[in-house]
Amino acid sequence: MLHMVNKSPFTSSALDEAARIAAKGSPILLIEDGVYAARAGTSYEPKLAEIMKDHPVYALAPDLKARAVGKMTDGVTQVDYAGFVDLVEKDKIHSWL
Amino acid sequence: MDEEMEVNQNVKKVMFVMRKAPHGSIYSYEGLETVLITAAYEQDMTMVFVGDGVFALVKGQDTTEIGIKGFIKTYGALEHYDVEKIYVDRVSMEERGLTVDDFAIDVEVKEAEEIAALMEEQHATIPY
Amino acid sequence: MKFAVQVLEAPYNNQASDTAYHFIKAALEKGHTIVRVFFYHNGVINAINSAEPPNDDRNIYKRWTELGKEKGIDIVACIAASKRRGIKEGQIVEGTRISGLGQLADMTIEADRLITFG
Repeated sequence: MLHMVNKSPFTSSALDEAARIAAKGSPILLIEDGVYAARAGTSYEPKLAEIMKDHPVYALAPDLKARAVGKMTDGVTQVDYAGFVDLVEKDKIHSWL
Repeated sequence: MDEEMEVNQNVKKVMFVMRKAPHGSIYSYEGLETVLITAAYEQDMTMVFVGDGVFALVKGQDTTEIGIKGFIKTYGALEHYDVEKIYVDRVSMEERGLTVDDFAIDVEVKEAEEIAALMEEQHATIPY
Repeated sequence: MKFAVQVLEAPYNNQASDTAYHFIKAALEKGHTIVRVFFYHNGVINAINSAEPPNDDRNIYKRWTELGKEKGIDIVACIAASKRRGIKEGQIVEGTRISGLGQLADMTIEADRLITFG
C-alpha cells in the first residue's frame, strides 16, 4: 500500500504516524506541504533518513519546485503527476491527511 | 462455510481510518456519517482510530456549553449497523494517557503491525 | 484501471482541489477511468456556481465543468455536507450534481482505487 502525506512534518504528525504504521517496505509519497519533509538540512532530515530505511520515499516534483525545495535528503525519488498515477496503479493508496 | 463465502463474493473490505479529534473540526463527525451510510451497503467494514482520532471515543464528553451537537452516543449504535471491527492504535492511545476503560464503547487495541496488515488487505481505506 | 476520487477541502483554501485535478488529468491521459469525483466536508464548496475567482488565477470551478461536462466524469457534491454549508440544487457548477453519501459508498466499492485529497 502506498501511503500519501500532504502535511509538513513541522506542523502535523501525519508523516510520523504514516511511517510508524505503514507496513515495512511500503512506499511513502510526499505531496503538497508534505514535500518539506524531503528538504535537506532540516531538523527532520535524520527522521526521514530513518523512515527511508524501511520505506522508499517519493516526492511530487511540481510541489517541490513550487516550494523551492532544492536539495533533498539523499534517496528521495521525484515523480511528476504521471508518475504519481503510476504509483497509484501499482498499489492501493491511503492518504494521511 | 463454502456457501457463505460464495454469497459474500462481492463483499469488499473497506476501512475507515479516523485520525481527527472531535468538535474542533467536523471531520470526525461527518466521517462517522459516512460509516453509517456505507454500513447499509453491507460491506466488510473496519474502523481504526489513530492519532487524535482516539479522543473521539472518550466517554464523558459534554458539549452543552460549546453548543455543538455531541455524537459520542452514535458510536454506541455502530454495532446495530453491524460495524463490529472497531480498533484503536495502542501507541496513539497510550501517548494520550488513555486506556480502554476511558472509551465509551468496546474496542480492540491493536499494534501498528496489526493495523498495517489489516490496511494491506482492504479493498479501500477512507481517511477522516 | 478504475479510479474514484474524493476531495475533502475547499478550493483555493487548500491545494487538494488542484492536486486532484492534475491527478485526474494525468490518469485520463494514461487511459484510466474516473468512476466518480466525490466532494465531502468543505470539498462541497468546489461545486458552488456563484464564485468569481480573480481573472489572473486558475478557475477551479471551470476545471470541474471541463471534467464533468466535456470529459463526462460524474462529479458529485454530498447533499448533507452541501445543505450544512448552504449549497443548493440550482446553484451548483455545470457538470456537477448533488447526491447522497451512497454515491461515495458506491464508487468505493466499484473502483479499483479510491484516492482521497484533503
